[in-house]
Amino acid sequence: MTVTSLAPAPARTTQYKVTGVRVLRSEWAKFWSLRSSWITLGVAVFLLVLFGTIASYTYSPDATATGGPGGPGSGGDSTAVSLALTGVTFASLAVGVLGVLLSAGEYSTGMIRSTLTAVPRRLPVLWSKAAVIGPVALVLSTVGALAAFLLGTPGLDGEKIALSLGDDGVLRSLAGAGVYLGLVAVFGVALGVLIRSSAGAIAALVGILLILPGLATLLPDSLYDSINPYFPGNAGSAVYALHQSSDALSPGAGLAVFAGWVALTLAGAAFRLVKSDA
Amino acid sequence: MIEARELTKRYGDKTVVDHLSFTVRPGEVTGFLGPNGAGKSTTMRMIVGLDAPTKGSVTVGGRSYASQAAPLHEIGTLLEAKSVHPGRSAFNHLMALAYTHGIPRRRVDEVIELAGLTSVAGKRVGAFSLGMGQRLGIAAALLGDPAVVMLDEPVNGLDPEGVLWVRNLLRRLADEGRAVMLSSHLMSETALIADHLVIIGRGRLLADTTVEDFTREASGGGVKVAAAEAAKLRSLLAGPDVTVSSSSAEELLVTGRDAREIGAIAARHGLALYELTPQTVSLEAAFMDLTRDVVEYQSAPAGTERKAA
Repeated sequence: MTVTSLAPAPARTTQYKVTGVRVLRSEWAKFWSLRSSWITLGVAVFLLVLFGTIASYTYSPDATATGGPGGPGSGGDSTAVSLALTGVTFASLAVGVLGVLLSAGEYSTGMIRSTLTAVPRRLPVLWSKAAVIGPVALVLSTVGALAAFLLGTPGLDGEKIALSLGDDGVLRSLAGAGVYLGLVAVFGVALGVLIRSSAGAIAALVGILLILPGLATLLPDSLYDSINPYFPGNAGSAVYALHQSSDALSPGAGLAVFAGWVALTLAGAAFRLVKSDA
Repeated sequence: MIEARELTKRYGDKTVVDHLSFTVRPGEVTGFLGPNGAGKSTTMRMIVGLDAPTKGSVTVGGRSYASQAAPLHEIGTLLEAKSVHPGRSAFNHLMALAYTHGIPRRRVDEVIELAGLTSVAGKRVGAFSLGMGQRLGIAAALLGDPAVVMLDEPVNGLDPEGVLWVRNLLRRLADEGRAVMLSSHLMSETALIADHLVIIGRGRLLADTTVEDFTREASGGGVKVAAAEAAKLRSLLAGPDVTVSSSSAEELLVTGRDAREIGAIAARHGLALYELTPQTVSLEAAFMDLTRDVVEYQSAPAGTERKAA
């Protein structure tokens, strides 16, 4: 093999330096250089648009359920928005898994050793991962929610519940879905760093978002009624509900509560990242 | 320069690295040797801050790893375990590391060429052979133009051409004034590359020496002599500090006189010799002697039944 010369003999001055912006740039490049990121992101948007559109086209005012497990789209009180957002539950799993893969994936492949050797202060890695995937998931989900609504609108033509983009709260709800999904992606990143195993973190994600509220129904009624709206999944649903239901938080409060859960998990992830051996 | 002082790592009640102190100096290749499970990898993980020492400290270039402004410029590392996402291409892997330090794309291309990976740079790392993976790891270690290069078992999985390449590369890096540290469990291989040796067993320092000294001490195993009149020769060779033993009627093992003297004595007395062989202990044997008591995973001698100790 031909051996090319190394860099000039080490005069130990350099412009190389780790900065927060550079770590962010690195995480951005890492995210887009994996095929799994594109696929998972694509699946999330696809599910969001597909389920929303189908729900709108198959809607009939006489039927009571329109699919979607327990989401705000089910039941007889559907709105054009809740139908368009039928896919949020599925999309939340996809973006959550995406977040988990971004962080726990580094532990399962060993990449984390390279990452933390390059950035030994560690925390910038966590913040950068969150800062990359949060906005990406938020923007694409918002676009997906808008698309689902617009594609579904002709299907509801002439129905009582038909709405247009300009109607009260419609844009807020659709954007709320984007914000919620962006936060779910960050939640996935945090769970991945906290648990360090893709399978474990995905299980935790599903458990917390989907199964926990169901389990809580086993609690005594009085207790259940007072804590139920504060579960991450339920608080998150409130963010993108068109009309606040009596047993749920307002969109603003729901956002605050869900963001609080995410922040808490991030704090735990930060603690584990700094304190324990990689 | 790497300086470890009383470095200690405990997992529960198991002490993996035990009050280990050593220095890796610039301009030298330091071989870091020990049997499997001696604590080599754990020590290296502590050097680059992946594991926190239970006690003691280690610095790179006089500072702790976490406080380095440009860690990849200070020390380039190849760890034994794979540290790459298999779904990323070699180029993208190196580029992601380069971004963290503001290392230009030109340098990434340079190390790819240096490691001989140009033709596979766009391939997913998951499809790499063990040897290609090692080359990628070495490319990553050199990415930041580091003052210290630390490689854990760098020749693992390389073909003979690759082994030679690593050997020349490390020599050149040391000649440029960089500190080079490489771990291995093969003494003979390391002796070819290294100037200095740090040998550990069960996490403790067993020897901190030069290859030259180690080799000198390893020889001195006596001289094997075969002669028809062995008994007569034996009495002629006798003297202070000379011991002679024999395993058969015609064979002697002499220590205290070298082959030259023995030959001269025999010639003077007209004794025919059939064989005159200095007995060198191989480096590997000397290394095994040194580490025999501290081998973590002892195997039973081949062909014998295991007896209760």
